[in-house]
Amino acid sequence: MGADGAPPPGAGAHGFRARATAALGDPQVRANFRRAMDGLMAKRAALFADPAEWRAMRALGASIRARTLARLPELLERLEERCRANGIEVHWAETTAEANEVVLDLLRARGATRVVKGKSMVSEEMHLNDFLEAHGVESLESDLGEYVIQLDGETPSHIIMPAIHKDRQQIARLFGRKIRDAAYSEDVDELTATARRVLRRKFEEADAGISGVNCAVAETGTLVLIENEGNGRMSTHVPPLHVALMGLEKVVERLEDVPPLLSLLTRSATGQLVTTYVNMISGPRSPGEKDGPREVHLVVLDNGRSRIYEDEELAVTLRCIRCGACMNHCPVYTRVGGHAYDAVYPGPIGKVLTPQMEGVDRRHELPHASSLCGACAEVCPVEIPITRLLVRLRAEASTRRVGSTVLGAGGARSGGEALSWRLWKRAFGSPGAYRLVSWLATRLGRLPVPRLGPLRAWTSVRTAPRPARRSLHELAREKGVPDA
Amino acid sequence: MREGAREAILGRLRAARRGEDGAAPSDFAVVREKRWPEAERLPRLRRLMEAAHAEFLEATGESWPSAVRDLLVEAGARNVMVGAGSAVEARLAEAWSGLPGGPELLRYDRPVEELKGVLFGSVDAGLTTCEGGLAETGSLVVVPTPEEPRLLSLVPPIHLVLLDPATVRDGLWQLLAEPRFANGMPPNALLISGPSKTADIEQTLAYGVHGPKRLVVVVVPGGATPSRGS
Ligand code: SF4
Repeated sequence: MGADGAPPPGAGAHGFRARATAALGDPQVRANFRRAMDGLMAKRAALFADPAEWRAMRALGASIRARTLARLPELLERLEERCRANGIEVHWAETTAEANEVVLDLLRARGATRVVKGKSMVSEEMHLNDFLEAHGVESLESDLGEYVIQLDGETPSHIIMPAIHKDRQQIARLFGRKIRDAAYSEDVDELTATARRVLRRKFEEADAGISGVNCAVAETGTLVLIENEGNGRMSTHVPPLHVALMGLEKVVERLEDVPPLLSLLTRSATGQLVTTYVNMISGPRSPGEKDGPREVHLVVLDNGRSRIYEDEELAVTLRCIRCGACMNHCPVYTRVGGHAYDAVYPGPIGKVLTPQMEGVDRRHELPHASSLCGACAEVCPVEIPITRLLVRLRAEASTRRVGSTVLGAGGARSGGEALSWRLWKRAFGSPGAYRLVSWLATRLGRLPVPRLGPLRAWTSVRTAPRPARRSLHELAREKGVPDA
Repeated sequence: MREGAREAILGRLRAARRGEDGAAPSDFAVVREKRWPEAERLPRLRRLMEAAHAEFLEATGESWPSAVRDLLVEAGARNVMVGAGSAVEARLAEAWSGLPGGPELLRYDRPVEELKGVLFGSVDAGLTTCEGGLAETGSLVVVPTPEEPRLLSLVPPIHLVLLDPATVRDGLWQLLAEPRFANGMPPNALLISGPSKTADIEQTLAYGVHGPKRLVVVVVPGGATPSRGS
């Protein structure tokens, strides 16, 4: 049972295993992801060619994020104070439902019905587009990749490249079907031009723009947004109202913390030294200015983050700067694609974040969807020990520990598994039982065992171990080893 | 409920605080040491920006108005918009007066609410100054002002920027440490490193997705309006 009573999305025929199996059998998904990940890995590697520089930058990035987390409540208060002084209104939301209400209230109070959106993973957490559409507000994604998947009624399959699962033919067919007077073309420039034509009109007409935030500077009350397309600037500078959404961990202490984090972010994410635009917003249109939004609002979302923060080991999850490098380098993600995870955040960071946000009981499959190869932790620019967190969450899901702050802790405990470990403990806890079990295993272990249930699943991809004919103890005794 | 959200969130965070572990100051040496001799800064900026599809035009304090004019004519631009009341506007008006044909000089002289239709519908090019450049990443530092509004560098399909090579610094870290920014950020400050682009379709680069399709850096040693400068 899920934390909110809903059925666990990870379970049964619709779980990760089933979706991953389906994705593995889809040559289109495999090819699209393989091509994209190979490209992204090569571009990243080229920009971290100097190992000493990489180590120093990464240590700096980790130290900035660690320092931020150590002072998180004070920095958030400082950010609020500085933003207010700059004329940016700050709102707090504990849940995504609250955040949605905050946004809707802001829009309604100003009669805004047409919204253009820049890319924001927090808005994906909120399912903001669906919520706004249900309340009569048009909410249009303007990042090209986000626009493509919104047209097709899909969710992002990658946090940086949301439409990475589609190739140009699929996008060409989609545009032909959904956009009026779009001439069919598989040419990337023409597809881009079609989107430009549609979206420029929308930017011009929009009543409000909604964006994410890459980092927010407590010392100066500055919101930093990076992007290549210019849709973020369009969304934050053209409409009269700008609403920025951020997870509460996105704060940093000082202006000087921003450049190293941005450098690590863009180099890790897309192999760029810098994005086309770095947009630093420290207030609405000031007196005398002829453009820019008349109002800027910042919504600070918790959605489980403060609970993650309570656990000393797991709090490191909140260092994440959402670069996506861990997914680009993950052998599992590369093969199954982003949709197999059925989560806002896929890949390694998603396997850590999603169970903590939605409950380890509901999403206990995710921390297991890993070979623990450690590629993610190796490339993470802020040194998040992802594999260690995965192991910890596996344990949290199946043990009831007093004082655990993890959502749904112990909820995936299975009677069969618990019984097996109890028996194991018995067998290894007394010499007599141990001798009996090893005698039985060596004498009977080679008999054919019916491969049923978990045994069958386990041996379907592994060779079952064959016990030796005699135990080590017996062999040692024969050799005359004392005390054997 | 929302009234209590702030206190509930901050309360949980405060209760979980584990002292100042991890709050040690950061060592910024790796970014502080990224510096380039002055002679290398502009070439590096140019190389990086050209790789990002920006174009460069070499000019002088005297020649830049005609260099800009030639480029606009060649691009088939019907007009170019500049900030109203800026030194650049005065200089162009003076240099272009009496010349037959050529692009029309438009002024961003009203609030955007009254100008949106023109800006999105019929302005072919925007011309702005910039505060300088960054050698590390190949970026222009653009700080919009009442005279040079934010959308001038974003909405027109061609964006021309006047750059004085002496204003090219090392990197963003050095820039933000300057009193101009450290003592109070302007409402908006931008780094611009190329024309608008996307790689969202098969990681294939396409330019001019929402913002300018062309970014032209007009290099003017000594600045574009030296006689009128402060
Ligand atoms: S966990 Fe690390 S590698 Fe993965 S997205 Fe976050 S910062 Fe990037």
